[in-house]
Amino acid sequence: MNLSPEDITAIQLSLKIAITATMLSLPFGFATAWIMVFRHFRGKVLLEVLVNLPLTLPPVVIGYFLLLFFGRNGWGGAMLKAAGIDFIFTWKAAVVASATVGFPLLMRSIRLGMESIDRQLLQASRSLGATWYDTLFTVVLPLSFRGMIAGSSLMFARSLGEFGATIIVAGNIPGVTQTIPLAIYDYASSPTGTSMALSLCGVSVALSVIILLLHEVIGKRLETRREA
Amino acid sequence: MKLSIDIRKRLGSFDLAMQSAIEGDHSGIFGASGSGKSTLVHMISGLMTPDSGELYLDETCLYSSHRRINLSPEKRRIAIVFQHARLFPHLGVKSNLLYGYKRCRPAERRIRPEAIIEVLNLGHLADRGVNKLSGGEKQRVALGRAVLANPRLLVMDEPLSALDDSLRYQIIPYLRRVNEEFALPYLFISHSITEMQLMTDQVMVVSQGRIEGISTPDQLARAGMASNPKGYLNLLRLKGTKERDGLFHCPWGSGELIISDGKSGEESLFELSSRDIILFKQHPEAISARNLLECQVAEMFDSDGRKGVVLQSGGKTLVAEIVRSAAKELSITPGTTLYAAIKASAFRRLG
Repeated sequence: MNLSPEDITAIQLSLKIAITATMLSLPFGFATAWIMVFRHFRGKVLLEVLVNLPLTLPPVVIGYFLLLFFGRNGWGGAMLKAAGIDFIFTWKAAVVASATVGFPLLMRSIRLGMESIDRQLLQASRSLGATWYDTLFTVVLPLSFRGMIAGSSLMFARSLGEFGATIIVAGNIPGVTQTIPLAIYDYASSPTGTSMALSLCGVSVALSVIILLLHEVIGKRLETRREA
Repeated sequence: MKLSIDIRKRLGSFDLAMQSAIEGDHSGIFGASGSGKSTLVHMISGLMTPDSGELYLDETCLYSSHRRINLSPEKRRIAIVFQHARLFPHLGVKSNLLYGYKRCRPAERRIRPEAIIEVLNLGHLADRGVNKLSGGEKQRVALGRAVLANPRLLVMDEPLSALDDSLRYQIIPYLRRVNEEFALPYLFISHSITEMQLMTDQVMVVSQGRIEGISTPDQLARAGMASNPKGYLNLLRLKGTKERDGLFHCPWGSGELIISDGKSGEESLFELSSRDIILFKQHPEAISARNLLECQVAEMFDSDGRKGVVLQSGGKTLVAEIVRSAAKELSITPGTTLYAAIKASAFRRLG
């Protein structure tokens, strides 16, 4: 295993981007799942398609749309410029790319968890004097924990592997936006980089295994706590 | 408690149109499954909105389509006990019990947690997780949770239907004790006439989305005598039972009853089918049945070709069932003196 200082930075950057993207998406994922499961309104199918679109679109296409939107001539770009925020080709752009691509995975997992909540529990809560938002925070939220854990780990893992959208909006700048997959890509295109690429691949495998293990352990613990 | 109902609701092909009023703190809604009982309960408690109409609880307007009033469930303060307890799985027994209590305004907290824990005998369960409870324990916690919300009206939606027979009659004393201690007005929903007889004073009869009328549980039981496979069920609450020679002697009115399956000491509930009572015009000299009661016919009623005979004996009432020809042959009319024979094994102990 030989990791250069740039590789260490890439690993740190990958983790930072994946964690930020997941944390930022969690409240939105919860809210969207709640709307999908418990609200009835026109255009629900449209929202459904829109939210799930990143799952089927090539990440490069998403990256390109993001670049158009946040670019110098896009709405988002103009707003960010007015606020004095540098966005394109920074780690923030990589966070947005990861969040967009990983969001459907997060939302679907939370939604699955929510759909399994017994409606009569919510009715019981309301009839015991809880307002709808009280019920949301004291019944729906705690009972969605497992779905949120599952969704977060899926999304975190997906963010660690994000390549297509990231390279378009954030570029591949070592030390600034170069994450593990982008670094591996660089090594793979140079004739002497095989062992370096393999080391980073090893790190990727290790991170994935750790995430899956954590997911299992937390899931089990939540289950036993519920049975206790 | 007075509940005035005048509502309409369409659910697919099911059309519900109900108009009636029921008054009294121990009221019931009786009907077969699919009759619209649960839909009605959901609309009363605010979990479902009617298409049109009005709903009043005492002077409070819960819903009115033309005045554009639709109180949210938490403002109605109508707590529900569901068929399956529906305890919050992520909370312990104590947090479940206190869920509604914490959300009740301090000025309205009439019933204290300590009191309900004692009445429902929940002390030893307080620190347990809800999934470690038995079905009966769960239902007791659910009852406690609803009562502790200090609601204006307690709605019990088939609270005993999910329990097996022996458990069911273990819960009923708790329901009665809660009622005696806290005098909370309630609406008891069930398809069982026996439960109605035990829990309610008047009953709203619901069938196919319509209210057929207001009745008493006794009238319901009488009307259903011929069609019910067990006939009319006399419910007897007996205490002070003493065991002698393998049989149980229970004081009843001015006399006593002899029962084979009794329990010494504590008060027990027994059912006796109207079909297990044999009537004699004259005193039979020797008879194997252990109970022979001298009674007066107080009243007679018809139920689908059968005759119900209401008997008075020692200040107590029993309903016996005979076919019409027997009534004619024995020329039974109100005021007649008869002898009723009941086998000791005919009494079924419920709990």
